[in-house]
Amino acid sequence: MKCTEFLSELTNYLDGVIDAQTKAELDDHLAWCHNCYVVCDTTKKTIEIYRNQELYELPDDLRGRLQTAIMSKCTAQKKSGPQKV
Amino acid sequence: MSAIQPNIQQPVSEEMELVRRAKRGDDTAFEELVRRYDRNVFRIAQHITQNREDAEDVVQDAFLKAYGNLAQFQEQSKFYTWLVRIAVNEALMRLRRRRPERMVSLDEEVKTEDDSLPREVADWSPNPEQMYNQSELRDILTRTIQGLPPGFRTVFVLRDVEGLSTEETAQALELSIPAVKSRLLRARLQLRERLSRFFQKRANGNGDDKISGDGDQ
Repeated sequence: MKCTEFLSELTNYLDGVIDAQTKAELDDHLAWCHNCYVVCDTTKKTIEIYRNQELYELPDDLRGRLQTAIMSKCTAQKKSGPQKV
Repeated sequence: MSAIQPNIQQPVSEEMELVRRAKRGDDTAFEELVRRYDRNVFRIAQHITQNREDAEDVVQDAFLKAYGNLAQFQEQSKFYTWLVRIAVNEALMRLRRRRPERMVSLDEEVKTEDDSLPREVADWSPNPEQMYNQSELRDILTRTIQGLPPGFRTVFVLRDVEGLSTEETAQALELSIPAVKSRLLRARLQLRERLSRFFQKRANGNGDDKISGDGDQ
């Protein structure tokens, strides 16, 4: 397997959606190709770090204001009819 | 190497029960749906618009549109997927308004050159979460993802941050599954490449930590 072939399967590999034979070939490639191992490992870390850090959390006070505004607009909209999606 | 574990989401049946109650006019059920998903919609909206006021407006308008059009929701997908589709459209509309000089579309042609081929192949060590304090790290992550084209960062946020499946992401963005997979791969690789410049640098002790420009195409 070439590195470019490994790369094209990387997303399926990380998501665990590949058949056993392809996985075995990819694991074999990772065992000897240090560059692909690093790319795979740091891509996995990239995903995990974005997931762990939870950027753009909604602060509680703003959240409360938004919820109130949404529900009061919904009540008003009930009387005036729906908008188009 | 083990696969990434998907985020676990609420059971569909419980969500659908709330939707059905809301359809029958029970506003407390709709309010529960708002409470369940407002944080997610806010995150998605801010990732796309890169503007807090716009994100607040998107949250309100997306829920309001969902409320007004609940009768049209056919229950063939999760409510959340349907809501995300509304929110993404609202967010893109606001992004276009702020950046009329640029074409902003999920269908935009993306560069076909080797923009995702790895160049940085040194490992990250020590772990970035130990190397930087939390606000520095968040700043790096925010600036880095903001540099991705909107079509890439939206797919990455839905799949990898919010934990939607490939199929749900395709439904929400009205893209084909191969298009979602291709964009996800390139988004992941581009983020990895850009982050590597930070996470290798301090270990090597050279360069500054500045990322220039925003990469919207």
